[in-house]
Amino acid sequence: MSEWLPVVFTVLMGIAILAYVVLDGYDLGVGMLMPAAERQEQDRMVASIGPFWDANETWLVLGIGLLLVAFPVAHGEVLGALYIPVAAMLVGLMLRGVAFELRIKAEGWHRELWNWLFWAGSTLAAFAQGLMLGRYVTGFESGAGFWLFALVVGASLCGGYVLLGATWLILRTDGPLQAKAVAWARWGLLWVALAVALVSLGTPLVSETVRQKWFSFPRVAYVSLLPLATVAAWLWVWYSLKKSETQPFAGAVAIFVLSFAGLAYSLFPYVVIDRLTVWEAAAHPSALVFLLIGTLIVLPFNIGYTAWSYRVFRGKASGGSPYG
Amino acid sequence: MEEALILSRIQFGLNIGFHILFPAITIGLAWLLAYFRVRYERSRDPAWLETYKLWVKVFALTFAMGVVTGIVMSFQFGTNWPGFMNRVGNVAGPLLAYEVLTAFFLEATFLGVMLFGMNKVPGWVHMVSTIVVAFGTTLSAFWILALNSWMQTPTGHTQEAGVLVAASWLAVIFNPSFPYRMVHMLLASGITAAFLVAGLSAWRLLKAPADASAGKTLRFGAHLAAVLVPIQVVVGDLHGLNTLEHQPAKIAAMEALWKTERGAPLTLIGFPNQQSRSNDYAITVPKALSLILVHDPDGEVQGLEAFGEDVPPVAPVFWSFRVMVGTGVLMLILAWGSFFILKRPVVPRWLLWTFAGFTFSGWVATLAGWLVTEIGRQPWLVTGVLYTADAVGEATGAELGASLTAYVLTYTVMLISYVVVLTHLAGKGSQ
Repeated sequence: MSEWLPVVFTVLMGIAILAYVVLDGYDLGVGMLMPAAERQEQDRMVASIGPFWDANETWLVLGIGLLLVAFPVAHGEVLGALYIPVAAMLVGLMLRGVAFELRIKAEGWHRELWNWLFWAGSTLAAFAQGLMLGRYVTGFESGAGFWLFALVVGASLCGGYVLLGATWLILRTDGPLQAKAVAWARWGLLWVALAVALVSLGTPLVSETVRQKWFSFPRVAYVSLLPLATVAAWLWVWYSLKKSETQPFAGAVAIFVLSFAGLAYSLFPYVVIDRLTVWEAAAHPSALVFLLIGTLIVLPFNIGYTAWSYRVFRGKASGGSPYG
Repeated sequence: MEEALILSRIQFGLNIGFHILFPAITIGLAWLLAYFRVRYERSRDPAWLETYKLWVKVFALTFAMGVVTGIVMSFQFGTNWPGFMNRVGNVAGPLLAYEVLTAFFLEATFLGVMLFGMNKVPGWVHMVSTIVVAFGTTLSAFWILALNSWMQTPTGHTQEAGVLVAASWLAVIFNPSFPYRMVHMLLASGITAAFLVAGLSAWRLLKAPADASAGKTLRFGAHLAAVLVPIQVVVGDLHGLNTLEHQPAKIAAMEALWKTERGAPLTLIGFPNQQSRSNDYAITVPKALSLILVHDPDGEVQGLEAFGEDVPPVAPVFWSFRVMVGTGVLMLILAWGSFFILKRPVVPRWLLWTFAGFTFSGWVATLAGWLVTEIGRQPWLVTGVLYTADAVGEATGAELGASLTAYVLTYTVMLISYVVVLTHLAGKGSQ
């Protein structure tokens, strides 16, 4: 039992983090796109994420909570090494969270200020998350090269979130705003290509373990399907942008899922690359069993009412006043 | 190391102290909203809907503040106190995870429906969503207070290879101080929300004396406080007696009792002196402390000397306790004293100003209460199990200083904006 429990929790944590990246990714992306839109369009953009952003951020707390519960040793090690980017991300998330509420209530230049803070907070949070990813996959190595790598990953994750945000807007809006979102999505796609390429090339360079996993024969034959599928998803988004409202978002999610799968394959069974495996870092079985039972009971309900909420708010977002 | 410990404590204390301001309001306010919403559903009286729509704006903003500051906390457990998770993570972790799984998702999702779904779902579904949000906030308090109480009075665990493991989850959750702390905190939140509603309504009436809706909510808040504050006095006393049984050093610090005495005096006010281990300029009531704590004027009360080195710093605990009790007494006087005056159709302006001044009185009492219980637990992080100093992380003074500055700036902006927007909303009223 103590063999498979950590694996189960690795999977659960992976699902939580992936859900967070995709879900908060689109609303952070919408936040980053704010300055590119007109005044009424901005209200509509915010309205399109209004009912969801709170629950989206809860996935982050769940992901970090599962890291803390299932792998307490890694929790301290990872977050300790990422101290500054984590603090930056938190400040960003706080600013955008309150700006979200306050921009509705403010008037005049106050409103402009909160709009700006909504953009700045979203961008800071997205960039810091990319920075964390860049630091994490290189095992927190020090040195200017590794930091430069992390900075570029930070910038490109912003691009990824812009892609998610833009395709979300294609799905949830129409008219001129939708047309703009198509153009934004193309920019996002270009950035995403850079991000995925960088992380794919960077990780094997840093770690011998990762290199073995991808480039040893005969594995290379079937693991190369993953990058090929990612390229296919990328092309799917690019060519569906003008033809479909739903496919670009689905394709963008597919890019994230495939990239995440690649990353998970590279890292497993390490929770801190080359240093700490999921078994070494795992909590006591008594804690894991207690939590697993509850998770299996509660999670289906969570997914159920989340799906219901998306059904309630389906269709095009309007720019009308909130709380109607 | 010493510097990192102090900065880590300041940072975490600042964060948790800032965070608690918002749940302290939302737990209580969520139930008030549920009440308003149910009244509207049953009576179809538009006045209830107006009231609901005004206070749901306050709720949405407060809830968002609580969510984002709460996310910070989930990270700071790891960044600031890795030793906590390494040693007691097997017990503390699942409680936190259950809070996320059972409460956070519930609150966040149904909040979306509550705020944006009024025209998209049937009326009863919207009403149920409002009740679910209130239930979620209370459930969230349940888990986090179970964890905090376990840190105060740990039971139900054993040791295995240097780390703590739960032996009985029921004993962990329902540890000795949990029921008292839970009820005490829920009442605190109800009282905080009651004074917030009364205070902001009074503010509205100062600007628009004819606003009937604000007149109703002022009386509603004041009457709710008049009911809840006396209950809180009784529960607070029971909580104190529970603390005397399980954490006597905390009580000794709260009362600044340095020596174990029979017929111990109650120090009403004074200046605890850590060097001389006595109180300067103290005003005392003979035998009163023994009477209060052991219900016998000649009963023995343990002083700080009985606990050796493992005692909390006395002055902050002593003073915070007096701030909490003092604020509570003022709240009681206001809630009861205004009872008959509020029966008049026009409330005098001095009383409106007084209620407006008490808008955030719940914050003062709640924060002071948390300072008592958290500083009172020192030097332990988990009583008898883990010292705070042994849990601190390896972040450098520079990292902590830089992030602390960023947090302080962010919190200042957030707090000022919050208070400004609240008074602005209240000033506009429900029109």
